[in-house]
Amino acid sequence: MLVKIKPIFVKEIRQIMRDKLSLGILIFIPVFMLIMFGYALNFDVKHLSIGFYDEDNGKTSRDFINSFIHSEYFDNKYNAESSAELDKLMQEGKIVIGVIIPSVFSKDIIKGKTTSIQVLIDGSNSNTGSTALGYVNAVISNFSKDLLVKEVRKKVNMDMTEIIDYRPRIWYNPELKSVRFLILGLISLILLMSSVISTSLSIVKEKENNTIEQIIVSPIKPYELVIGKIVNYILIAIISTIFIFIAGYFLFGVEIKGNYFLLSLGILIYIGTCLGIGLLISSISETQQSAFMLSSIISLLPAFILSGFVFPIRNMPVAIQLITYIIPTRYFLVILRNIVLKGSGLISFWKDLLTMFFLALLFFGLNIIRLKKNKI
Amino acid sequence: MNDNIIEIYNLTKKFKTVTAVDNINLKVKKGEMLGIVGPDGAGKTTAIKLLCGITIPDNSTGRMLQYDFIKEKEKIKNHIGYLSQKFSLYTDLTVDENIEFFAEIHRVADYKTKRNELLQFTRLLDFRKRLAGKLSGGMKQKLALACTLIHTPDIIFLDEPTTGVDPVSRRDFWKILFDLLKKGITIILTTPYLDEAERCSRISMMHNGKFLIIDSFKNIKKQMKGFIFEVVTAQIRKTYKILSDISAIDEVQTFGDRVNILIQKKELIEKVKKALKSEKIKIISVNEISPSLENIFISLIKENLKKEKK
Repeated sequence: MLVKIKPIFVKEIRQIMRDKLSLGILIFIPVFMLIMFGYALNFDVKHLSIGFYDEDNGKTSRDFINSFIHSEYFDNKYNAESSAELDKLMQEGKIVIGVIIPSVFSKDIIKGKTTSIQVLIDGSNSNTGSTALGYVNAVISNFSKDLLVKEVRKKVNMDMTEIIDYRPRIWYNPELKSVRFLILGLISLILLMSSVISTSLSIVKEKENNTIEQIIVSPIKPYELVIGKIVNYILIAIISTIFIFIAGYFLFGVEIKGNYFLLSLGILIYIGTCLGIGLLISSISETQQSAFMLSSIISLLPAFILSGFVFPIRNMPVAIQLITYIIPTRYFLVILRNIVLKGSGLISFWKDLLTMFFLALLFFGLNIIRLKKNKI
Repeated sequence: MNDNIIEIYNLTKKFKTVTAVDNINLKVKKGEMLGIVGPDGAGKTTAIKLLCGITIPDNSTGRMLQYDFIKEKEKIKNHIGYLSQKFSLYTDLTVDENIEFFAEIHRVADYKTKRNELLQFTRLLDFRKRLAGKLSGGMKQKLALACTLIHTPDIIFLDEPTTGVDPVSRRDFWKILFDLLKKGITIILTTPYLDEAERCSRISMMHNGKFLIIDSFKNIKKQMKGFIFEVVTAQIRKTYKILSDISAIDEVQTFGDRVNILIQKKELIEKVKKALKSEKIKIISVNEISPSLENIFISLIKENLKKEKK
């Protein structure tokens, strides 16, 4: 077996080495993508520009405005002279949030009356808009709570700053940085790319160039050809994974908290599943073009959209949720998050690991059926 | 003693709507060179692929070398070579690397001497470090042949090996083939060129998936009953029309500047001349010729088409 696979392995290495461009793409593009996505694709919403029209211009209203500016979520203070100017600022996209403070604001508060303000939020980017709304809510309720507490203390003379003192702590990703989350998604996409696309392209190339016929008339069996080929792509996928982890550590501070052995096991099973998909694609496509199209549509797109990488699975319609069950990236992401971010053990993701393993078996089973019919 | 190296019966392959190879029986002796000729779509390539085991036949029995054609297919693969119609080597590997790869997948232990021999033989020694994709058409074909021969096969199957190769390289290639024959290798090839087929020890004519005839050129010629005359006139198209209407003429074939007719009695030629003269066609020459493969081929195909219609 090994003796038979060796010439194919050697040949494949020669071809890959000769094609420096593709090799470079396979190994370095992942790191490049990581840098691009890591810095550019940022789901964090910070430094929102805010504008005020302060009709009141009293001490309380200035305190109120300062409570916004002191939080890290808002900056770029614009002070409008009229509500029309505030409208204009939002029209021009200079502010995302506009706050109008009426002239009775300070007076009402001193009297102990409920007062009202108007908040305008630019909803054209719903993501930013809803996050901004959340921040505004938090700032305002904090401000009114502080006022309330002050009043109550004056009257009751009690030492009570907080009614319920709560201190939230966010675990695993304390700064809620989306890059930690992203890097894991990227690792799964990149592994998927180098295994699905490269294997399917490399096998279909043999069909396209007719070299497959020469191999069929030789004593080499189709599965031996396939193994000889995929060994290379597994190696390349592993090398680029290592590069991504290194880049992730140095550029974005993503540490692997969990067990390295479990991580490698997860990665290997995932690569296996991806190779299974790649082989299936190559067995149904006749040209490199169609193999590429199929790989992108069948594997890459679902991995991006349906794996829980970008959109949470629980928010999807039930029918779509069902589809996500056959997407290996879905399970791999859970495994990665558990090992890399949480550092948790097998107990928290064994189901995902097992399901992924069965998916790999399923895909390889289908391939064996095809290969038995001598179809590559 | 049965000295047939190939003995195949009922070789058939049906694709969805067509029968590409229709019940072919084939016997080939060791050291023979069999040429399969036929128009495009006759089923030549499918026939070769079936014989090599690339395509699986619907129905067939027989032996190749000492092995069962169907059951011991894998064993046969160690002893045969195949050269496909389309160039099928790795264009991004060098000449040397290509041969090395095919040697290794055939598990040829010491391929280096054999490789040098083959490169010498095919006159590719000077190009051994060149990428296969950068070779000329003729050199590519010679390299492909070298790869086919690296494991010293007993039988080689060549599918249109000289199509798209320039005349000089073609002659070169044939020289190599004759050298191989001398070494006792059995060659089965397909070719669209009838002049190439004439050089084979036996010729099989293929049409619509069937072998119309399989015999030596000499014997095939004998099968042609009657005489062939070549008629050259000033108005060839009109001549063809007039001659086609004469029922005494078995067959009329045009070849651009001349018409060949098949008649059973030599005397009939006078009638032909008279008919042409009465239509005021200027006769340039009328000669009896020995039948060419082309004459026989066209004649056989016409017969076959008539049979199939019935």
